[in-house]
Amino acid sequence: DCPGTSSARAGSAAACQGCPNQSLCAAGAAGPDPAELAELRERLRSVKHTVLVLSGKGGVGKSTFSALLARGLAADEAKQVALLDIDICGPSIPKMMGLEGEQVHQSGSGWSPVYVEENLGVMSVGFLLSSPDDAVIWRGPKKNGLIKQFLRDVDWGEVDYLIIDTPPGTSDEHLSIVQYLSATHVDGAVIITTPQEVSLQDVRKEINFCHKVRLPVIGVVENMSGFVCPKCKNESQIFPPTTGGAEKMCQNLNVPLLGKVPLDPQIGKSCDKGQSFLSEVPESPATLSYKNVIQRIQEYCDQHQFQEEKII
Amino acid sequence: ERNNLAGVQHIVLVLSGKGGVGKSTISTELALSLRHSGKKVGILDVDLCGPTIPRVFRVQDNDVHQCDSGWVPVFVDQDKTISLMSIGFLLEKPDDAVVWRGPKKNALIKQFVADVAWGDLDFLIVDTPPGTSDEHISTVEALRPYKPLGAILVTTPQAVSVGDVRRELTFCRKTGLHVLGIVENMSGFVCPHCSECTNIFSKGGGEELARHSGVPFLGCVPLDPQLSQSLEEGRDFIQEFPKSSAFPALAHIAQQVLDSASQRSS
Repeated sequence: DCPGTSSARAGSAAACQGCPNQSLCAAGAAGPDPAELAELRERLRSVKHTVLVLSGKGGVGKSTFSALLARGLAADEAKQVALLDIDICGPSIPKMMGLEGEQVHQSGSGWSPVYVEENLGVMSVGFLLSSPDDAVIWRGPKKNGLIKQFLRDVDWGEVDYLIIDTPPGTSDEHLSIVQYLSATHVDGAVIITTPQEVSLQDVRKEINFCHKVRLPVIGVVENMSGFVCPKCKNESQIFPPTTGGAEKMCQNLNVPLLGKVPLDPQIGKSCDKGQSFLSEVPESPATLSYKNVIQRIQEYCDQHQFQEEKII
Repeated sequence: ERNNLAGVQHIVLVLSGKGGVGKSTISTELALSLRHSGKKVGILDVDLCGPTIPRVFRVQDNDVHQCDSGWVPVFVDQDKTISLMSIGFLLEKPDDAVVWRGPKKNALIKQFVADVAWGDLDFLIVDTPPGTSDEHISTVEALRPYKPLGAILVTTPQAVSVGDVRRELTFCRKTGLHVLGIVENMSGFVCPHCSECTNIFSKGGGEELARHSGVPFLGCVPLDPQLSQSLEEGRDFIQEFPKSSAFPALAHIAQQVLDSASQRSS
């Protein structure tokens, strides 16, 4: 019988032989203890939907997408949206949300998120650093500790959507967030890629990771999918889909392709200025693509009931 | 005591705080350029979660063998001018995720630094994952006794990338790693149809950072679909596309590395 993923024998018990999770259990230290999970469950009880934004690959647009997803969902003023940035080494979210230089305040009920709008709160290690040159040079255990604090100590309040932006890879941050979130209901993961094989080969690993940890995959977004020259209007494939792009990969792995977003120089500019690309350039084809993807994610969340009791 | 790095003349790290800016691309093109200058080059790929290097040299299906001195690096050609080591060669299935926490990653990196029988190399290029964490701390610590020539930091032009690379500069300062310079990658795209240049990822951020931080600026490399295509197909971009828009910039970066190396040797 399975000794349990948090057990000290996880991965090494006789019953673990042949289990698809075996190497995962054996690779990690024992997971969070049940008391910690109970504490997190209590804190996250007020969160209705949780979406992780992942990629195996760096620089494909996770933070860009997370920021726009949060803003898109918060356009409905009746919804309360939270954006949590767990990229400890390279926190991009504060800049993208126009919140550079903001600091975190403590109150009796915990850390206060930094609010962009009344209904959109943000948390990132970026707010804990005093200078843009400050580097967070931490090994895994310390990063895990901060991620746990973000989940346990931030007073998010009643939240309709918690969006979690992650760093690239399949390591401490990803293992930890999945383990800590086992205390609550996670709707699923949105995986970001660019069209070329160099990205897809990492993304397949990420999808493999999601299957291993039983994280549902809401779907894949293919970013930087073509560029239309503003002068001659011809399209160029700057990041060529030499192996069929995300479309082929999604077919092969049987995961939904949520959409393809073209390159638009205004996206980078808006991010640098901390503005919403969706509001700044509403007529861009990229805006339309993003909005369609956001809608599909919203529909997915609405279809899945929030499970109050989750049996661990 | 065995010292597998005794025959390596110069070690160059390729870093960035930011993911997806072209570290592996620059590592690869630097290796190819140096080879064309007659140098023997090794590439050590310490990106354990997303190992790119084997595939860009079309040797992703190769296995790694052991010899008396340790692991034998994988050669990309008969002439043995470029050799590689990457976790990519150790994976049974390419889609298998390496889901390791820090301590296990650190152990493998120590092995990669100490136990690969590189032999005689003019340059060992170390390609890293994004960030300032376990892999970076372990790699720099393990390489310290061998006195690396320095690090090349890669960024794209926009502020979001530069913001992370500033932190990487702090990492270099704190760990005593000399910065050879900053490369501003994906700096402008020239439309192949009409030659209009569009700054898709903005322009100038890397150069500005170099100036602000007092480190050398190694140059701007434009976006070039032929470069992306070459990497996808495992082709030698330096040999096949000398007329492309990215070639002069990449050749210039290699020259500056060669210059730094000769300055140090003299």
